Amino acid sequence: MKHLIEITVNGDTYSLAVDPWRTLNEVLREDLNLTGTKLGCGSGDCGACTVIVDGRSVSSCLTLAVEVQGKEIQTVEGLAPSGNQLHPIQEAFIENGAIQCGFCTSGMEMSAAYLLSRNNSPTKQEIREGLSGHLCRCTGYIQIVDAIADAASKMKESHKGE
Amino acid sequence: MTLPKFEYFAPESLEEASRLLAENGPGAHLLAGGTDLLVKMNHGLLKPTTVIALKRIPGLNAIAFDSDQGLRIGATALLSDVASHPDILTHYPAVAAAARETANVQVRNMGTITGNLCNAAPSADNAPTLLALNAEVILTGSDSERQLPLDQFFKGPGETERRPDEIVTAIWVPPPVPHSGMSYQHISARGKVDISAVCVGAMVVMAKETCQEARIFLGAVGPTPLRAAGAEGIIRGETLTEERIETAGDQASDECRPITDVRASAEYRKKMVAVLTRRALQEARERALSR
Repeated sequence: MKHLIEITVNGDTYSLAVDPWRTLNEVLREDLNLTGTKLGCGSGDCGACTVIVDGRSVSSCLTLAVEVQGKEIQTVEGLAPSGNQLHPIQEAFIENGAIQCGFCTSGMEMSAAYLLSRNNSPTKQEIREGLSGHLCRCTGYIQIVDAIADAASKMKESHKGE
Repeated sequence: MTLPKFEYFAPESLEEASRLLAENGPGAHLLAGGTDLLVKMNHGLLKPTTVIALKRIPGLNAIAFDSDQGLRIGATALLSDVASHPDILTHYPAVAAAARETANVQVRNMGTITGNLCNAAPSADNAPTLLALNAEVILTGSDSERQLPLDQFFKGPGETERRPDEIVTAIWVPPPVPHSGMSYQHISARGKVDISAVCVGAMVVMAKETCQEARIFLGAVGPTPLRAAGAEGIIRGETLTEERIETAGDQASDECRPITDVRASAEYRKKMVAVLTRRALQEARERALSR
């Protein structure tokens, strides 16, 4: 039996009828065509599927779509403030060469956004711990950590200017 | 990686959840955070016919502390909430540490302490400390409720004393004993994220330099978390010197029954039990003496 759910994804509200065995990852990618969220391991180890649900980072491959009824979801597509302006985290990833094949990038960026929402000036060690649930098979970890440190200081700077 | 098909219920009361569990038979599985259940389903290891979600039951995620009543962690309280709860950080620092050391950020934002215990992996990060602290599990059946000491809960890998119609609704931890200290120590190949190769939880009660009471539990070195009763005996009633702590660590190493697997060899695990037991007793002693 399909279940009716209403969810908000990147500010847009959707009413969907979903089979209970479908994951949030499948619904985002297949029903809403939001393919920025990837599917990696299906075990909660690689972090490629990370999205933010009601302010907390979660693995979308381990979340049933029916379980997010009424919740607010942010995916990598909702990170940039507009179609022609990237989020400071995304800019910092580009500037620091933190993207190689790109498969881990959206998950990394969502965890970075989650980390910076709770700690606006993390140490390198705190960034590493914040990313501990992510794998980059290109092994470009150093640039990713640098990018997040860079984004944190730029975001603090622009916050000051406001 | 499509999940097998199942029926899904999200009851809004415990009574309804118990009824659904009883009605749907052995194919019914409870879902809290899903970080173990969905992994098993994603990899074809488990095919439930019915999934009963617990997160919509109001109040089941409550964490409550009272210096007379102790600590009660509701079944759907998240690992990340336990890790950062002010009362747990103050009064049960090793419980917070074990929660913080479980898996990774995303898993801690979904998974629960109760789920970690019910999954009954011998390596469960949250088991040794709670065992050392004399924690109990509260089991609610369709027409009964019972409280079982956690050291009687685990039967084997993936197996517990929970009856098919019961739901573990909370974990209860007694009030902190005066002059006691606790510690959680673990080791794994990568240090974060991966499953512990060895973990140790300890609690000591001190009267000045003398250890009045001790409880030491070892994880991932037997089919269930093991009590290191011999090691406890070595320090109970004795002055807790470095030498005695070292002897207790060696005794714990002799008592454990590890296997060799992908995470560590049995020999390495035995050695690490000595090291981690020593570190746990040192930290527990320092915490007890600084209270």
